[in-house]
Order: sequence, then C-alpha cells, then structure tokens
Amino acid sequence: MGRSLWKGIFVDAFLSKIKDRKDLLANKKVWSRRSSILPEFVNTTVRIYNGKNFVRSKITEDKVGHKFGEFALTRKRKIHRANTAPAKKGGKK
Amino acid sequence: MAQTLATPVAPSLSLICNRGGSSVSPFSTLSFPVATPPKLQGLSIRCARVGGVEIPNNKRIEYSLQYIHGVGRTRARQILCDLSMENKITKDLSEEELSTLRDEVSKYMIEGDLRRFNALNIRRLKEIQCYRGMRHIQGLPCRGQHTKNNCRTLKGKRVAIAGKKKAPR
Repeated sequence: MGRSLWKGIFVDAFLSKIKDRKDLLANKKVWSRRSSILPEFVNTTVRIYNGKNFVRSKITEDKVGHKFGEFALTRKRKIHRANTAPAKKGGKK
Repeated sequence: MAQTLATPVAPSLSLICNRGGSSVSPFSTLSFPVATPPKLQGLSIRCARVGGVEIPNNKRIEYSLQYIHGVGRTRARQILCDLSMENKITKDLSEEELSTLRDEVSKYMIEGDLRRFNALNIRRLKEIQCYRGMRHIQGLPCRGQHTKNNCRTLKGKRVAIAGKKKAPR
C-alpha cells in the first residue's frame, strides 16, 4: 500500500533543508535511510549508513522515488558452500 | 546400415498397415490430412483471435478471455460489463461481437506488451542495485516474506544438503 499523495514524499528535515544546495550533500554521510530520494539529489554521491558502516552510492535518475535505505543492504548474504571440496577450503581458512 | 535404417521405419509401416489393409493403407494415411483441414478451417473461422494468439473455444466468453495474459477474472468480467454483453459460449459469438470484444481488449495492456513492461521494470530494479533488485538477482522474495522455510516458488525444488544432521527426537 502506497503513501497517500496529499502527504507528499517523506524526507527528513535536514535533507529537505539541503535540497536547494546540492553541493552540501556531496559525499555526505546519510543516516536517514527512510527518506526518499528527491529529484534534486541526482548526480551526487552519498554515503548511506547500513547499521555498521557507510555504503557509497551514486544517485542516478533511476533511483529517484526510492528510499536511501534501499541502496545499502543491512544484511550479509550467507553463502552456502555447495560441495565438500569448497567446504574444506573454507575450513582451512 | 541398411538394417539400422530399416528398423525405425518398420514400426511406422506396421502402424499404417494396421490401420487398413496393405492396399488401403495409402488411403487411410491420406484420409487423416483430409480430416484435419476442415477442423483447422473451423478453428480459424470459429475460434476467436482476441488480442493476438488466444484461441480458446467452447467455453463461455468470460472464461475464454482469461486465457489472455493480462486478463484475469476481474478484468474479464469488467470487459463483459462494459460491453453489456451476454456471457455466451465463444463459438456462438458473431463477428461483430468479436470485433467489439477485440476493441475492448486492446484498450488494456496484454500479452507481449505486458510481459515486456514487467521485464523492463524488473531489469530497472536490478540495474539500480536496490534491495528489490538484489532480491530478484538472488532469486528470493522481495516483499519481505520469511525465507526460513517455504518460498518454494522462487527458490525452486528443494535441494538436500549433504551432511546435515537430522533433529533428534
């Protein structure tokens, strides 16, 4: 279910203040994963917090309308070793 | 070589022979193609080609419309409602009715267009490397479902893990 239109897009206050001056956002750390990416932010690079460290992400036109958090995964992907041979390698490490 | 060539032919020959006598066999084989064309013609005339390739026959139109990719139960009913059309069996429809149906169906995005639209959307998600795109790449559900068990539609058939201990009873 989407957010109702009359509320507009959700953006945290400090980001909405920044939006007129794009250069301020460049390479800045962003903790606010819940904020939407505005069209004003296009062509900047930000570092998005994933709960542990910051993931660098370049904002392109396609990413507008998504949230910042979508581009910084919070979970490690568990890799299941398929056979016994790679498992031994993993064990030696 | 001659024998190996002959052996695959032999069963088919015997089949033909079984159909009719040895002399009648060519006729019987001929009769099959003769029998099918009227059927095919009947199909091409009778079967409704609504929105591309769909040729479901001998069902009521509400249900035969659902063979189109992009038309489900709701939309099929909606189409009939909009046209205020009776829910006849497809073969009983007249040409005019069929053409109105075609016009109505062509208003919606169906079949190839819809498939392409969906595929493009998924590709976009994958390209921008967002969470949903990553889940598509990994072949896991992207709407927050649990993946401890189930989600077999996406994961595919179960694969046994070698050396996994069974739970003690």
